[in-house]
Amino acid sequence: MLEIKNLHARIAEDGKEILRGVNLTVNAGEVHAIMGPNGSGKSTLSYILAGKDDYEITEGEILFNGENLLELGPDERAAAGVFLAFQYPIEIPGVATMEFLKTAMNAQRRARGETEMTIPAFMKAVKEKAADLKVSMDMLKRPLNVGFSGGEKKRAEILQMSLLEPKLCVLDETDSGLDIDALRIVSEGVNKLRSPERSMIVITHYQRLLDHIVPDVVHVMSRGRIVKTGGADLALELEKSGYADYVEDAAA
Amino acid sequence: MPAVQETIDQVKAIDVDQYKYGFVTDIESERGAKGLTEETVRFISAKKNEPEWMTEWRLEALRRFKTMDEPTWARVHYPKIDFDELYYYAAPKSVEGPKSIDEVDPELLATYEKLGIPLREQEILAGIKPENRVAVDAVFDSVSVVTTFKEELKKAGVIFCSISEALREYPDLVKKYLGSVVPVTDNFYATLNSAVFSDGSFVYVPEGVRCPMELSTYFRINEQNTGQFERTLIIADKGAYVSYLEGCTAPQRDENQLHAAVVELVALDDAEIKYSTVQNWFPGDAQGKGGIYNFVTKRGDCRGKNSKISWTQVETGSAITWKYPSCILRGDNSRGEFYSIAVSNGYQQVDSGTKMIHLGKNTSSRIISKGISAGRSQNTYRGLVSAHRKASNARNFTQCDSLLIGQDCGAHTVPYIESKNSTATFEHEATTSKISDDQMFYCQQRGMSDEEAVALIVNGFVKDVIQQLPMEFAVEAQKLISISLEGSVG
Ligand SMILES: Nc1ncnc2c1ncn2[C@@H]1O[C@H](COP(=O)(O)OP(=O)(O)OP(=O)(O)O)[C@@H](O)[C@H]1O
Ligand SMILES: [Mg+2]
Repeated sequence: MLEIKNLHARIAEDGKEILRGVNLTVNAGEVHAIMGPNGSGKSTLSYILAGKDDYEITEGEILFNGENLLELGPDERAAAGVFLAFQYPIEIPGVATMEFLKTAMNAQRRARGETEMTIPAFMKAVKEKAADLKVSMDMLKRPLNVGFSGGEKKRAEILQMSLLEPKLCVLDETDSGLDIDALRIVSEGVNKLRSPERSMIVITHYQRLLDHIVPDVVHVMSRGRIVKTGGADLALELEKSGYADYVEDAAA
Repeated sequence: MPAVQETIDQVKAIDVDQYKYGFVTDIESERGAKGLTEETVRFISAKKNEPEWMTEWRLEALRRFKTMDEPTWARVHYPKIDFDELYYYAAPKSVEGPKSIDEVDPELLATYEKLGIPLREQEILAGIKPENRVAVDAVFDSVSVVTTFKEELKKAGVIFCSISEALREYPDLVKKYLGSVVPVTDNFYATLNSAVFSDGSFVYVPEGVRCPMELSTYFRINEQNTGQFERTLIIADKGAYVSYLEGCTAPQRDENQLHAAVVELVALDDAEIKYSTVQNWFPGDAQGKGGIYNFVTKRGDCRGKNSKISWTQVETGSAITWKYPSCILRGDNSRGEFYSIAVSNGYQQVDSGTKMIHLGKNTSSRIISKGISAGRSQNTYRGLVSAHRKASNARNFTQCDSLLIGQDCGAHTVPYIESKNSTATFEHEATTSKISDDQMFYCQQRGMSDEEAVALIVNGFVKDVIQQLPMEFAVEAQKLISISLEGSVG
């Protein structure tokens, strides 16, 4: 599904190198967790996957189902099935969440040459998924992310993800800001989307999320590289002993 | 949201800076002599078979105009207009006065059809619920070519006709109210208009009548080098209600064309007038060549107690817009509203806003202005809120938001506040924002193209004002805004 090969990237504006040779392969149906210290480049990797143009790729490549992902614009990647649940979701004043969802949904469908969804079919789909995620109708009428609490923003992200049914889901710290119940509800929403055709990259700092969304593979990222890869138990080990071992490895 | 979808389709269907309404109608027309002279004024007045007093009224305006100087306080720049190089009257040859639809030149009907405005009543009737019908007065260059649904309105007691016809049929009403809100010498352009106005609409809604349908005027400038000077007068008698829509387009031409209209509204006791405009005159091409110079004086007089006047405008066209629809809140408890969306792109210059003049007790006003600037345009909100000595408990709320798209445009806010009464409460809020890269990226990550993302964000920005428009106009206005901003990103 996704192959990242020796990816080097720097910030376009000041030339600061953030990713320094990332290698990562995610097969269809797999869930990979990426952990690692603050500032190690996890969000940067997620933005680069989604096509944010603040970065310059200096080396390496990204293949998505065999296609060169770096050649596609962000909207084309979205239509191809790449979804990013943002660490910090953006406010869109004046645009009702429902309206945003419909615009996004139909934009993707059109880009893929599919017909637009009828309003009743769309409403039905939204209502169903919103109920699963305990997102109220009232919230759907409010402008997207404007005045939403931290937890509400994250739930709105997962709601968008469930509606858009992407092929590759990248979740950047979706657990931060969620209360205990919300964490469970959101995790259930994510687990529902797990399927043999869909891959996920879950960026997190805490095992508590991985208790709910059990990953197939866990990676540790440090200073722009993946420095350790293991199974679900790697996260448990990290929870106990921290990153010290791996960060030193990277420095060496 | 179908509006956005339609917008996108339309945007895709046209090239950059291709103004959809830019076609010229090939029709034989009659023009008055060139230049601003007594002869020109007499010619116009005679063409319209006006009463003697009206000719004198015009001539007085002309004399005053000759003593006045063009104002320079607005933030707009353009070469000086040579008023003697202009034509002041042009009429399609086949139209001598208001006629029944069957006598209207088919070429003209075709023009309005092309603009999406059917004038044949049968066509309008097809499949439209009675309450959703709109009566249209179509003004082509200097004359009104047809007014629809006249008979039906007459049954309700509503007079809706061209101002030329009103001068002949209802001279007392016109004489009583014309110039009573915008005096002949009010300002440079209003004075010019008073001298040479050629046509426009007249509405009178009698006491206690709620006008049974929306009234609408559609202005079209076709002729070259010809100014369009229309004059609109709307009177809502005691307890009456009327909603009026105005739309405008012009062909795409290299040279600038002058448009200087005057609109006067009078609301008596307990009456309400809602006036909506979608202004889409040709804005000039991508290099800033051509376009309409739009110098308009619009003013409403809340003359009676508990009266209400509400202006809603969507301004997307014109090379220069100089326009301040205002309310004089004379009657006690009267209310004025101004809702505005002003979009500028390319080299457009907009200086627009409102005046809320509180004279009566317990008067209130509300101003919501949304300016969107893109390209190399300059967009200024200029507004005055004043309370006079007797205006106890006057209240105003002003919200003025500007949205910038790109680096080369400008947004300016110039609010003037004057209060001579200590019990007046005026609130003013202003914001300036940009469409951020983060917002764009977020929308694109969800699958929207640049243009879809801008359309969505802009529609969100103007929502409060769009909601004030009649339904059919709201969808139209959203489309227009998105089309006007086409090519502003990426
Ligand atoms: N646009 C930018 N301009 C300047 N510095 C940037 C930019 N984007 C990222 N960085 C820097 O790149 C480094 C990696 O940031 P990134 O957000 O990818 O880290 P992270 O691993 O997601 O951290 P956290 O766990 O705190 O979310 C940081 O030092 C950050 O300050
Ligand atoms: Mg991060």
